[in-house]
Amino acid sequence: MSDIAVRVKKIVVEHLGVEEDKVTENASFIDDLGADSLDTVELVMAFEEEFGIEIPDDAAETIQTFGDAVKFISEAA
Amino acid sequence: MFDLTGKSALVTGASGGIGGAVARALHGAGASVALSGTRAGPLEALAAELGSRAHVLPCDLSDMAAVDALPKQAADAMGAVDILVNNAGITRDGLMMRMSDDDWDQVIAVNLGSTFRLCRGVLRGMMKARWGRIVNITSVVAQAGNPGQANYAAAKAGVAGMSRSLAQEIASRGVTVNCVAPGLIATAMTDKLNDEQRGKILAGVPAGRMGEPAEVAAAVLFLASAEAAYITGATLDVNGGGDML
Repeated sequence: MSDIAVRVKKIVVEHLGVEEDKVTENASFIDDLGADSLDTVELVMAFEEEFGIEIPDDAAETIQTFGDAVKFISEAA
Repeated sequence: MFDLTGKSALVTGASGGIGGAVARALHGAGASVALSGTRAGPLEALAAELGSRAHVLPCDLSDMAAVDALPKQAADAMGAVDILVNNAGITRDGLMMRMSDDDWDQVIAVNLGSTFRLCRGVLRGMMKARWGRIVNITSVVAQAGNPGQANYAAAKAGVAGMSRSLAQEIASRGVTVNCVAPGLIATAMTDKLNDEQRGKILAGVPAGRMGEPAEVAAAVLFLASAEAAYITGATLDVNGGGDML
C-alpha cells in the first residue's frame, strides 16, 4: 500500500471508528463504513489538512470510497 | 450548575453593554474569555477588571479578512473556542424610503455576514471536540419588525434562520446553536432613543421597565452551559414579556 493510502486509511479509521480491515478499496464511506453526510465533509477537510491540498466541492462529491479518496489525493498531492 | 471551568469563549462586541455583561457572566462561571470589539480601550479595561483568563482581540467586523482571522486568533490565545457568542451589532436606522444602499449593506454585512463567518470559523474545532456552544444575540425586532430598522430587523431575522439551519446540520456532533433575543435593554444603543420612543416601547412591555445587560447575559450563560445540551435551534426571548402582545 502506498504511503498516501496508509495515511488516508489512518484518517478514515480514526474518524469513523471502524476496523482497519473494513477499509478496503471499494468500501463506501456511507454505505459500508457508516458515515453520514457530515462525516464525509469532515473526512474531506481532514484529507485537505493532512495533505495540504484543496478539494473543491464538485470533486468531493465524487469521493465515495476509500479507493476514490486515495486516487484523488495521489493525483492532487 | 453552569460551571464553565476549562471552557474557552469568544465574545464579540465585548466593549458594549450586553457583550461586556456576557463576558463577565461566562468568566464568572470559570471560562476563559476572548474579548473582541472595535475599540481596544474598553476591552483592555474589561480584561483588567476580569484579571486572569481574559484576552483582548480587537477586530473590525466590517473587515471580512479580519473576521475570518478572528477564530484562529482566539484559539491560539485560549487553546480552543468552545463557546462563541455573536453579540456585536451595529444600527444605521432610517425609514426605508430614505435608506441608502450603504446603510443596508453595512448592517447586513456586520450583523449577518460576520456572524456567518465566525460560526463557520469555529465549527471545525467544535465538531472535532464533539462539544460546542454557539449563542447568537438577535433582537425582539427580528420577529416584530420596527419602523426605521428594516436593515437591522432583516439582519437579525437572518441570523435566526441561519442559526436554526446550522443547529440541524451539527446537532449530532454535540454542538448547539441558539439565539437570545433581547427586548429593550439599558445600553448605549438604546440611550440613543428619545423619551417618546422609549415610552412607546415600554408601553408594550408588561414588566414595565427596561432590561439589564446582566439579565441577557444570564440567558447566554444558560445556553452555553453543559446543562443546556438538549436545547438547539431555539430562541430565548429576554424582553419582559414584550413579545406576547
